[in-house]
Amino acid sequence: MSDAPVFELRLYVAGQTAKSRAACANLKRICETHLAGQYRLELIDLSKNPKLAAGDQILALPTLVRRLPKPVKKIIGDLSNEERVLVGLDVRPV
Amino acid sequence: MLAMEFLVRGATQFGEPGVFMMFEENPAELTANVRSLGFDLKRLAAQKKLVLDHVHIERSEIEETGEYDLEGLFIRLGHAVKSIGAKRVVLDTVEALFSGLPNHAILRAELRRLFRWLKDHGLTAVITGERGERSLTRYGLEEYVADCVIVLDQRIHEQISTRRLRVLKYRGSAHGTNEYPFLIGERGLSVLPITSLRLDHQVSAKRIPTGIARLDEMLGGKGVFRGSSVLVSGSPGTGKTSVGAKFIDAACRRGERVLLFAYEESSAQIVRNMRSVGIDLEPWVERGLLQIHSSRPTLHGLEQHLVMMHDAVSGFRPSVVVVDPISNLSLDRNASEVKPTLMRLIDFLKQQQITTVFTSLTAGGGETPEDSQLGVSSLMDTWLLLRNVEFNGERNRTIYVLKSRGMAHSNQVREFVLSDKGVKLVDVYLGADRVLTGTARVAQEEQERAAAALREKDHQRRLGQLANKQKAIDAQIAALRAEAEAEAAEVAFAIARQTLQESTTQQNIDVMAQLRGGVKTGSSQKKGKQ
Repeated sequence: MSDAPVFELRLYVAGQTAKSRAACANLKRICETHLAGQYRLELIDLSKNPKLAAGDQILALPTLVRRLPKPVKKIIGDLSNEERVLVGLDVRPV
Repeated sequence: MLAMEFLVRGATQFGEPGVFMMFEENPAELTANVRSLGFDLKRLAAQKKLVLDHVHIERSEIEETGEYDLEGLFIRLGHAVKSIGAKRVVLDTVEALFSGLPNHAILRAELRRLFRWLKDHGLTAVITGERGERSLTRYGLEEYVADCVIVLDQRIHEQISTRRLRVLKYRGSAHGTNEYPFLIGERGLSVLPITSLRLDHQVSAKRIPTGIARLDEMLGGKGVFRGSSVLVSGSPGTGKTSVGAKFIDAACRRGERVLLFAYEESSAQIVRNMRSVGIDLEPWVERGLLQIHSSRPTLHGLEQHLVMMHDAVSGFRPSVVVVDPISNLSLDRNASEVKPTLMRLIDFLKQQQITTVFTSLTAGGGETPEDSQLGVSSLMDTWLLLRNVEFNGERNRTIYVLKSRGMAHSNQVREFVLSDKGVKLVDVYLGADRVLTGTARVAQEEQERAAAALREKDHQRRLGQLANKQKAIDAQIAALRAEAEAEAAEVAFAIARQTLQESTTQQNIDVMAQLRGGVKTGSSQKKGKQ
């Protein structure tokens, strides 16, 4: 395992809604648990930067985009189901 | 397509910029596709009148966990709208969302929210959706949420497909509930209303000549009314097209614009053929007064033809339209469909105050001439019937005015002569018991002339004879007189001779008496007694 973060993640949210907060918290927990040190997370608030929505073809919010490793994967929802998030990110629970 | 036109027209003609959010095609494809309709999306986008946004959903990339909403879409849309101040939005097609996102419950809720959102922002939105198996839309949602639902449909009837449009619902407006055929043409989409609801078109009292002087005479001396419809019907080869061409020629001479829809001949062919009867249409074409649209009637469905005519008429704004022939339009179609369609055309043209000439082919021979094939005669204001009269081994064209609303018209049959000098109407020979045309007429006229000449000769001969007789009588009289004179002379001579004789005898007696010495008088008596 290299030093460089393997997972490049972006979480798109819009404002501070209950769902975005939940998603944020869920994601952080999952990452810390399973991907400690191997990831880089960007949090993008579309209500502040609406232009960015087009780039990753964001429709639903919140959306987690796994930009690296390829292929790009998207997980929509508040990320409450940990197992599905891990499956979506292709991370096996250790 | 409808949606695109809505946007582009909005952007170019009404100053309302629009956002096109597409879920299926990408911007490059769409731009290429609509270029054929004359829409330049790139330019519009550059002018900030249009935003094309492609929303790509890849099912395989997406995992769902827990709650989510479509706020992202809203934000994108909101951003796009804000960036150009759009008033119009198109979403094409929302089905793609359903296929991309598995949780339909959320989608439905979100779509409802989206409609709400669009309304709240004062946006006019056109949302396209595929038609479902039984319901109007595949997921049975959109039609309830929307204010106005327009159903587009393509139907194939007798191998000819027609696109139809129907306003299914439109909240807060009285809308036509009928199906309207529409056409995607070079200038976008056009719809033709089924019929005018009321008969309230303006009428003109102006008359325009038909180009055939004698025909005008038959029509009360002045021709047909402007804005009226004229039906010229006849069996094959009766000269329908020529009448039409003459009409065109006359209109062009007056400097009016004419549109000719030809369904039998190409424009070059018409020009050539009409030249043979002394009508030269070419200069009018060159001067832009005459436009000829030639096509095969099978090219489109009937409705589409009408839409096309509609387009052409709107574009060219002619004052006279000639359709040659309408009967071809009815090819393989049932009459119940043709009549209303033609009614629509006539209504439309009448509303525009356009004089129309329709030619109609009636099947040759057999049936009554009063049977116009399409049953459209009741729609027409003037009906000219051309007929072939077969007699004496030849066919001759005759014309008569079957009806002409609002004018006194002739009830006479006229012979209709096509020559290289044009179209001419000639009085037919109305004999004691028959009507003669063509060479029979000419022969009859010749016969009459000969008979007259003969009579004349006869008279002269008789007069001559009389004169001769007179002369003969005169001669006889002279001869008789001469005879009489001769007789008289003879009588006188005889008398004279006798007198002379008598006197001579007397002298002799006297002499003898002297000689005998008898009495001087009465000697003869004595002599007798002796």
